[in-house]
Amino acid sequence: MGIAARFNETRDSISSMWGRVPERGRRYIPVLVALAIVIPYPWYWTSLPQNHVWEFWLQFSSPHDAVTILTFVIMAVGLNIVVGYAGLLDLGYVAFYALGAYTAAWLASGQFQQVKWHLGAVGIGPDVRGIHISIWLALLAAAIVTAVGGIFIGLPTLRLRGDYLAIVTLGFGEIIPQFVRNADDLHGFDLTHGTFGISPIDSPGFGNTLHDKLGLPASYQQAYNADKLFFWTAVFLLLLTVFCSVRLRDSRLGRAWIAIREDETAAAAMGIPLMRTKTWAYAMGAFFGGLAGAYLASFNSGAFPSQFDFNISVFLLCMVVLGGMGSIWGVIVAGTLLAWLNVAGLANIGTWLNENVFPSSHQIDVPKYEFGIYGVIIVLMMLFRPTGLIPERRRKREIEEGGHDEALYEMRGADEPGAGERA
Amino acid sequence: MPVLGVVFIVLIVAWLAINLWKTPVDFFNVFLIGLTIGCVYALIALGYTLVYGILQLINFAHGDVFALSGLFATTIITSLLGLTTATTAIGIVGGLALTFLVAMVFGAGINAGIEFVAYRRLRNAPRLSVLITAVGMSFILQNVSLAFYGPNYISVDRLIPDTHIFTIKGVHYEWDSLFVILITIPVLILLSWLVKSTRQGKAMRATSQDPQAAAIMGINVNRTITFTFALAGALAGVGATLYLVEFNIRYDTGFTLGLIAFTAAVLGGIGNLPGAVLGAILIGLIQAFNEGLSWQAPGGDWTRSIVFAILILILVFRPEGLLGERTPEGA
Repeated sequence: MGIAARFNETRDSISSMWGRVPERGRRYIPVLVALAIVIPYPWYWTSLPQNHVWEFWLQFSSPHDAVTILTFVIMAVGLNIVVGYAGLLDLGYVAFYALGAYTAAWLASGQFQQVKWHLGAVGIGPDVRGIHISIWLALLAAAIVTAVGGIFIGLPTLRLRGDYLAIVTLGFGEIIPQFVRNADDLHGFDLTHGTFGISPIDSPGFGNTLHDKLGLPASYQQAYNADKLFFWTAVFLLLLTVFCSVRLRDSRLGRAWIAIREDETAAAAMGIPLMRTKTWAYAMGAFFGGLAGAYLASFNSGAFPSQFDFNISVFLLCMVVLGGMGSIWGVIVAGTLLAWLNVAGLANIGTWLNENVFPSSHQIDVPKYEFGIYGVIIVLMMLFRPTGLIPERRRKREIEEGGHDEALYEMRGADEPGAGERA
Repeated sequence: MPVLGVVFIVLIVAWLAINLWKTPVDFFNVFLIGLTIGCVYALIALGYTLVYGILQLINFAHGDVFALSGLFATTIITSLLGLTTATTAIGIVGGLALTFLVAMVFGAGINAGIEFVAYRRLRNAPRLSVLITAVGMSFILQNVSLAFYGPNYISVDRLIPDTHIFTIKGVHYEWDSLFVILITIPVLILLSWLVKSTRQGKAMRATSQDPQAAAIMGINVNRTITFTFALAGALAGVGATLYLVEFNIRYDTGFTLGLIAFTAAVLGGIGNLPGAVLGAILIGLIQAFNEGLSWQAPGGDWTRSIVFAILILILVFRPEGLLGERTPEGA
């Protein structure tokens, strides 16, 4: 029996096995497989091949770096709600990240020395001044505050179409970081501690009572396996985000978003309230941006204005574009890849290239050109594969069949023979 | 809402009046600075408006075309021509004229190049795709600047002296400010003649009104678009060289300046050429007043926030801008 025949047989037997899995279960199997790979990662990552040949590729990130990667993926999935589902280009997503981070910082740090409010914070002495609310509540509060922020940004601006909206969101994305940078002296009141940022921020944890009864970690930062705990929590938050994102997509609201993306006028004619639906997209996208921002602030134990650059917005947009707008799996894969490049990958690749490819007279600092590389990725994807690496089925049809919003204009027929009608 | 707008404008006028009363000399000096910056902004803003007028595309990379042309101009001035303050007056004038010319050609080439490489292939794609591509292009150009010119600010010698031409009761006018205006005004006149009175200008206006009809009438639409991009790039080249006379430039200068100029174009009414100039001068004045006045001025830290707040307010309340016509983009 030839290899091809054996391959076909194996493929058939797998597909027949797949056919026997009940319909409802099929959706969960890929998720379970992914979780089975990801959850034990902190245990096995050290034994992954890291030999010299593969050094350039397989520098697997430590769980510590992986937390940052996962948090960025959460943001990308959140941005995907706005850009991918609703088709609203948001160039200022970093504003939500900043808002989330600072809300967590205000609620769980010693920033406001004027007061002493404690509510379930862990690892904080009873006499410490400042607002110290349990980081879990702070995460939720940050997400909600950011969602409200999204509504505030959305309400006046969502009447605008497409490119204007993008610029206005970009404006907010610039104003909010500048505000936090400058708001250390608002008529004598220090809101954000200026360029120094707010640090330290309280750690997540379950407190001593739960620690003694259930063995849950009392405080992440003080635990011996802090990185692992942060990692698993990040996985949990990502899972939550993906779950909400999928459920939202299939909900009435999600279908309304997709209808608006495909044809705004037709959607409005069908009775979809445009403003409300779009505002919800903003609010939901912002919610997860705020959640991720707050978690990252707690993980880094600080929120600093220099983190919230326009580059981050484009970085996240690049994840969504590369993965495929609207495609959750695509965004997760592309997000992981790009965030890995950001955290460690580019530096590794740069070192490898400098050692093995470039002559010593022409060493190139690869990470310096990170955002240029993202620019190249964005342009190439838009030109050659606008549906992304893992296209969402519906989006693919939409782009291929041309049921999209108005094109710049139709110039076929003028100098191309035989292409007069719209596909 | 109109009431709020009126109150807002009255407050600003009152703020200006109080500053004028308290420090009249500063006020006029700052006013002249604002006028000069406004001229540079006008040259960039016109590039946005020209391209938007013809393709309804926000050419996000325009600011970076500006920065790259400016950096290229520094190479010409310092390395190629070796102009310094010690050069004779005729040498400086001739050298600068050459620099302007080269920077214009360079900017035109880059801008037409991005259109040819990227935007042209996306003519039938959704508008969002083109805008995303423009953002990507902006980052690519920024990194090209970074690769060739490094991360530091680059300056050239003060070729045009900042000595005073005249001083009236402490208000002085400097040679370099005059130089900026002396270059900008002829460029604007030339541009207006080009758009209004030449065949190519007519083709541009026709294409921006209705590209299909223009094509039927025998206008080569692609060539017209290329020409528009080249024209916008050339204006950016002039603006960048003027900018060098007063300021230092860096690989990411174009990002901020581009956004300010875009705001100016929107303020004046995007697609409207006189509007872009008006908007740019207003934005230049606002920036100068904010940074230069002493009584209750927010200061330079807040300039970007103020400019963006203006952008947002304009887009929300008067998306057609000061001089533009109402488009479906708005309500």
